[in-house]
Amino acid sequence: MKSATQLSANKEMTIRSNNRLKRNVGRAIIYVVLIILALICLLPFYSMIISSTHSNFDIANKLLLLPGDQFLENYSRLVEKVPIWRGFFNSVIITISGTALTLYFSALTAYGFSKYSFKFSNFLFAAVLAMLMIPGEVSIIGFFKLMGEFNLLNTYWPLILPGIANAFGTFFLKQNCDAAVSEEILESARIDGCGELKMFHRLVIPLLAPALATFGIFAFIGQWNSFLMPVIILFDNHLQPLPVMVAMTRGKFSTDYGAQYVGILLSIIPIMIVFTMLAKKIMKGVSAGALKE
Amino acid sequence: MKKKSYYGYFFVAPYFIIFLIFSLYPILNSFVLSLSHWDGLGESVYVGFDNYARLLSNPYFYQSILNTFIIWIISIVPELIIALVLAMILNEKFIKGRHLFQAVFYFPNIVTPITIGVLASLLFDWQTGSVNKFLMGLGIIDDPVNWFAHPFIAQVIVATVMCWQWFGFNMLIYMAGLQSIPRTLYDAAEIDGANKFQVATKIVIPLLKPVVMFTVITSIIGGMQIFEVPLVTGTGSGDSTQTMMVYLYEAAFKRFQYGYASSVSYGIFIIILALSFISFKFSKKRQKAPTGL
Repeated sequence: MKSATQLSANKEMTIRSNNRLKRNVGRAIIYVVLIILALICLLPFYSMIISSTHSNFDIANKLLLLPGDQFLENYSRLVEKVPIWRGFFNSVIITISGTALTLYFSALTAYGFSKYSFKFSNFLFAAVLAMLMIPGEVSIIGFFKLMGEFNLLNTYWPLILPGIANAFGTFFLKQNCDAAVSEEILESARIDGCGELKMFHRLVIPLLAPALATFGIFAFIGQWNSFLMPVIILFDNHLQPLPVMVAMTRGKFSTDYGAQYVGILLSIIPIMIVFTMLAKKIMKGVSAGALKE
Repeated sequence: MKKKSYYGYFFVAPYFIIFLIFSLYPILNSFVLSLSHWDGLGESVYVGFDNYARLLSNPYFYQSILNTFIIWIISIVPELIIALVLAMILNEKFIKGRHLFQAVFYFPNIVTPITIGVLASLLFDWQTGSVNKFLMGLGIIDDPVNWFAHPFIAQVIVATVMCWQWFGFNMLIYMAGLQSIPRTLYDAAEIDGANKFQVATKIVIPLLKPVVMFTVITSIIGGMQIFEVPLVTGTGSGDSTQTMMVYLYEAAFKRFQYGYASSVSYGIFIIILALSFISFKFSKKRQKAPTGL
């Protein structure tokens, strides 16, 4: 009798340790899968960095795993033919001015819809929402023709000004304005004699700041990454933003792989830096707003 | 209460001025252009529905629709499955380094698409690319594979790149969806003796259905507009990676048939609209069915 209970206790212990073993093996497998997937995500970038430091001969003939010493040679061949720093500078100008306009006017429009009622306001807001459903390419050729008629081709205006009418930003910020800006604050400011526009600048923008930051990151990334618009609108190579310059390296250096890798590297570094600093905020933004460009 | 005031008009006016000039007018202008011949230089000539007749009888257009669908299907199925499985794994309590994994999986999504296209075409280059070198190093293949020479393999590569670029985004969406499922539900299922697989298929997936539908709809809209990666990788494989957007781009900005290209843009627009409408209807119908909660 005694030995029987002993036996079952032993059995139970082996089952339990078996279960624990099973669980640990299961977890180890999960970690291995996660790490392999993480490697797949990062390897292309690693290979790009490594390749950018080797001569064309080595890139063409060897599997390269460790950094070499040819980076500066590749770099100097690249900047000889493609004004990559000019492209970087162009990208910064277009992206910052475009994002600033988008943020300011999206907040302005959102505030107008959120806190005032006027004739046709529902209809107009429905028009904003309808634009969310319409893919951009349907307007692209008409847009190109119109910019030609305005004499705005080969300038930055067609890349920057349309940002004033950003349907997603208006929609996203209106949701936030409904929740974050209370009517009481606005009423008491009015009683103190504050003007309507001043109120927007002094009260509403600070209250919308967190939402503006979230949306701003995505507006910034979207503008930084845009390719089709600049490639259509701009003719002069030295006016092009970075992504178009990177695509140009493909045509100009069909066999100079080292220079192409350096070009790609230079265009990815700013994104890597931004992402390392803001990863948490960016990922929160994705799950909060389900933002997609 | 919202303030009844004409000030609202001032706040929303800039949006609608820009919207009318830079969005609505170009959309209508594109339609007018689609009824005419225009080579970008002279006046456009009205030709009625000639362009649409040509579009509907053009095998290249149908081929580009087919290519887009093939690439979309091959990328979306693994993309959403990987995203869902990863979201469920990373939602487990025992996982360490959750945020790091999330960040690594999501990172490819914010890198400039055209840069990814150039990088992919370099890595998959059959003579000099690291992919062939790596596979040969592992002994998986003996001779370098000329990836882009096979029409179907070229499509698979573009689809793989799309999958690689977007699974992290969808994973974040699913993780946000998982957060909204109460923990007590899992605990209750565990007490009832359900294993992980049963919890996943019987509880998690049914509850996530609306979120899954959301990712399917957004990926239809995004997938129909695949452009940058096939544009760069598309040479050498014949036309197998010529997607609808690449076809539109080449008709307009390489062959300068702006009128015909406008009819292409309306064709794409109608396809996207129809697909969104169908999936929207489908998801509504499915949501009416009981989901267990």
